[in-house]
Amino acid sequence: MEDTSRRTTLKALGATLGAAAFARAMAPLAAWPEDLSIDELLQRHYKELSRDDMVRVLRRLEQETLDQYGAVVTIDDVRPIPEVQFGYALNLSVCVGCRKCAEACHVENNHDRATNQSYIRVLEIKNGSVDLAMGTVDYDHAVPKKGRSYMPVQCHQCDNAPCVSVCPIEATWKEPDGIVVVDYNWCIGCRYCEAACPYHARRFNWHKPEIPAEEINPDQAYLSNRVRPQGVMEKCTFCLHRTRKGRLPACLEACPTGARVFGNMLDPNSEIRWVLENKRTFVLKEDLGTRPRFFYFFDK
Amino acid sequence: MPLFTALTLLLACDQGFVDPSREYGPPVADAPAKVSRVHVPTSLGAVDTPRRDIHGAPIGVSCATCHAGPGEDAIVVGDEGNPEQMHGTIELLHGGLACDACHEPTDRRLLHLADGAKIEMAEAMKLCAQCHGPQARDYQKGAHGGMTGYWDLRQGERVRNHCVECHAPHSPKPPQVQPAPRAVDRVVFPASETH
Ligand code: SF4
Ligand code: SF4
Repeated sequence: MEDTSRRTTLKALGATLGAAAFARAMAPLAAWPEDLSIDELLQRHYKELSRDDMVRVLRRLEQETLDQYGAVVTIDDVRPIPEVQFGYALNLSVCVGCRKCAEACHVENNHDRATNQSYIRVLEIKNGSVDLAMGTVDYDHAVPKKGRSYMPVQCHQCDNAPCVSVCPIEATWKEPDGIVVVDYNWCIGCRYCEAACPYHARRFNWHKPEIPAEEINPDQAYLSNRVRPQGVMEKCTFCLHRTRKGRLPACLEACPTGARVFGNMLDPNSEIRWVLENKRTFVLKEDLGTRPRFFYFFDK
Repeated sequence: MPLFTALTLLLACDQGFVDPSREYGPPVADAPAKVSRVHVPTSLGAVDTPRRDIHGAPIGVSCATCHAGPGEDAIVVGDEGNPEQMHGTIELLHGGLACDACHEPTDRRLLHLADGAKIEMAEAMKLCAQCHGPQARDYQKGAHGGMTGYWDLRQGERVRNHCVECHAPHSPKPPQVQPAPRAVDRVVFPASETH
């Protein structure tokens, strides 16, 4: 008798716990964001999408941009050009620290206006110093300032990318032309990759980006500059929506000093090859073994 | 253990595209290379006057407006006795050079090379290259000077900046500029000097 009553009590307790656990498990659904569609929830990983799936996803994302931002945009799935390996070099002798590159990135890649976000940070360092930790990024005096040098830092598209290996769900990977990309619809926003990047190149969307409709760059790609959702990671993609169509990156076109050299490292006649073969180039934090595709050089 | 093997296999399969045709875009057709041309700015062969346009930029006057033809004195319009009036806006800060080091004395619409050969204003880069060899070489190799357009000349043309678009010929050192505003980051990296 006593036994039965204990069992009943336990059962009742179990049921209560079960209900609580069930309620807890379902809680995220109650907090279902209004702008999350079933299609988006069920969307597969970028690499698992067939061509037809991809087209459907692109049209849905275009519609979402129209609904949420009032902007008519074209989002393409721009794929790598065969036999192209991208490389980028920056001449530290001529960079004046004007941040025109960072500004161009901001506009080209549909960054949040309020935070003036950009994939490029320009470090101001004392001449002769290589102590980057002593550099600053928040200068606002006229440039170039006497006794200072400037070092723009963006994603180095490492061949041995720490951000890629730490991602628990393969939401970020290296493409055949060397660009490291993020599937914004697969990323869960854990920010492991941000912590892993020794160049501090990744940015997190703390808020839903705010951009006036007329300022949105309508020429977009799935893996690059489409407007990112809140809570996901983003990074420089060497403007793949431009460069995979043969165009120069936006930061290069904006640079008034011609400090930037971009191209196909497999082409022996390319500008980037000439720089790599004839200038004394170096990479940042070489000792970490990340094998960047972004090089720095000096004229002399 | 079998579970572990299965998981490893699963992860290994997960690398490639399920639809392999999506891995690359179409190959680029081997089209004849498009040109990489140099943009020739209108400021070449003109001098700034003290007058400003509605944007505040100085209004330029073509050299040929006054120096109408060959001959040092071939001035048809203007203040012959007072060249300062037209040339007063020029601040000459170019390695101690005098006007005639570059400008052709017998025809003010032209420049001349070191050997005296006369060249058009539009060809000024030949003249720059005579003193600035390393820069001219880097320019030719695409490692000096800004540009816009295509890195891939199979797909489109490229427009290179002219020397004088960044370096005013009379005072070639670019002036200081106010930088574009910085991002407002949650993380300030590295720590600011002021902290
Ligand atoms: S735009 Fe060019 S000169 Fe200005 S900070 Fe960027 S790389 Fe340097
Ligand atoms: S933030 Fe996104 S991309 Fe980065 S490690 Fe986490 S899931 Fe992967």
